[in-house]
Amino acid sequence: MDFFQNLFGPTWPAVWTLVKIVAIVLPLLLCVAYLTLAERKVIGYMQVRLGPNRVTFFGIPWLRGWGQPIADGLKLLVKEIIVPTGANTALFVLAPIMAIMPAMAAWAVIPFSPTLVLADIDAGLLYIMAITGMGVYGIIIAGWASNSKYAFLGALRSAAQMVSYELAMGFALVCVLMAAQSLNLGEGVRLQQGNWGFLNWFWIPLFPIFLVYVISGVAETNRLPFDVAEGESEIVAGFHVEYSGMAFAVFFLAEYANMILIATLASIMFLGGWLSPVPDALANSLGAPWLAADGFPWLAAKVSFVLFCFLWFRATFPRYRYDQIMRLGWKVFLPVTIGWIVVLGAWMQTPLWVWWK
Amino acid sequence: MTFNEFVFYFFSTILILAALGVITARNPVHAALLLVLAFFTSAAIWVQLQAEFLAVALVLVYVGAVMVLFLFVVMMLDINMARLREGFWNYLPLGALVALLLVAEMVLVLGGQYAGFAGAPAPPPLPAGYSNTKELGRLVYTEYVYPFEIAAVILLVAIVAAIALTLRRRKQTKHQDPARQTSVRREDRVRIVSMPSEKRD
Repeated sequence: MDFFQNLFGPTWPAVWTLVKIVAIVLPLLLCVAYLTLAERKVIGYMQVRLGPNRVTFFGIPWLRGWGQPIADGLKLLVKEIIVPTGANTALFVLAPIMAIMPAMAAWAVIPFSPTLVLADIDAGLLYIMAITGMGVYGIIIAGWASNSKYAFLGALRSAAQMVSYELAMGFALVCVLMAAQSLNLGEGVRLQQGNWGFLNWFWIPLFPIFLVYVISGVAETNRLPFDVAEGESEIVAGFHVEYSGMAFAVFFLAEYANMILIATLASIMFLGGWLSPVPDALANSLGAPWLAADGFPWLAAKVSFVLFCFLWFRATFPRYRYDQIMRLGWKVFLPVTIGWIVVLGAWMQTPLWVWWK
Repeated sequence: MTFNEFVFYFFSTILILAALGVITARNPVHAALLLVLAFFTSAAIWVQLQAEFLAVALVLVYVGAVMVLFLFVVMMLDINMARLREGFWNYLPLGALVALLLVAEMVLVLGGQYAGFAGAPAPPPLPAGYSNTKELGRLVYTEYVYPFEIAAVILLVAIVAAIALTLRRRKQTKHQDPARQTSVRREDRVRIVSMPSEKRD
């Protein structure tokens, strides 16, 4: 470490931050790749199929299927990117970048463990809201720059949907910050620590908000059952019809990175982040104190569970009609979240509230 | 030049170029996107001033919501530049007056030190645990709670007025009630009739 510090001299902090960013983004991209495989496998089993089971590494039979994401990526990488006639080339290229930038940048403030966080800033929640709100530009620009009616219609639908659900999400985050009494994500997790394990987490006092947040998250990432943005039965594939090759893959990466982000945020804000669900006393009486140890593996387990639920929703529910989506966002979620802000505010004035700092 | 100054000039250059682009761009969509860039860069400059709440609020409100709707409208409009230019000479005197006033105000603000105004002294350096968000929240909800509430009510009135202006009920529109749709039972739709089968002669 000292050697590198001397090597880079005054630029060392910048280089070190860059190294940390790469250390977050690379595993994230790997997770995205394998989330696509998990999705196909899970949905495959739910529909009594096998899913991808051919591509393997070096011909090892028990790794069958595990090479699929790599093969898909390679295929998309070598495909030609076609810019449609009359498209606005500069914006056409800019759109995928605008889509993936917020999906990556939001990870800067995510606390993976008590000490493992890139930027431990006070306004973490606000930063997340601001950055994820920019994701919609990638979609709008893609739809407009493609010079295609289908792409444009898909972009309009998707943007309207994202803006609507962002409101419900924003109010849900207001509830979380009221409960956490801080805008710092790490502080919120620390407040959920207690002697009762998973009963200390915020999903109990904020249960309606937890549901609203997860469902809005599904809608926000344009996933089934809210994927009218790319309703293939009506408008082919929505905003990315005209994209091919790696440009399409970048949109895909952004969607899945956003999914993982939403799942991580739900785990941190409502499911105790890196905290263990097992109370100390129970773990000790079982003779396995390691069960009560907090750490990154618990966060990974919670994120995986929420992601599995996302895939489960996709396999289970039929697609919403567009007016029903808007109704759910504006007429159901918005009143529920605002109502719960009032309930929470009243609750916090009584001695029944036990989550004080 | 310290690193801090370098960052400031870097963002300022982008901000000025983007702002110039907004008023010179031929394509309205390009202009709107450059405005987004200008907002984002000014948020970055605010972060440098340790006003992180204002910076994030700027991105959240203007970049995340207002400009999205703006872009929406601009994209769907078929803007005819020739018709927009029609009234140029009629509007020129008023526009020039506003521009002159703006220039004069900016000269007064920026050139105040040459005219002998010392201006406000630089604020003292902030303590270590200072949180801009917390300070702002404390002020807004204690000292300035009434102005804050009044501003909120005015905004609410504006929202209600905007909705009331555009709301019109058309009699012939057909509405669906999703609650009724989902609570439908088989008995509401299908009537099972028991009929004796007729004899074939």
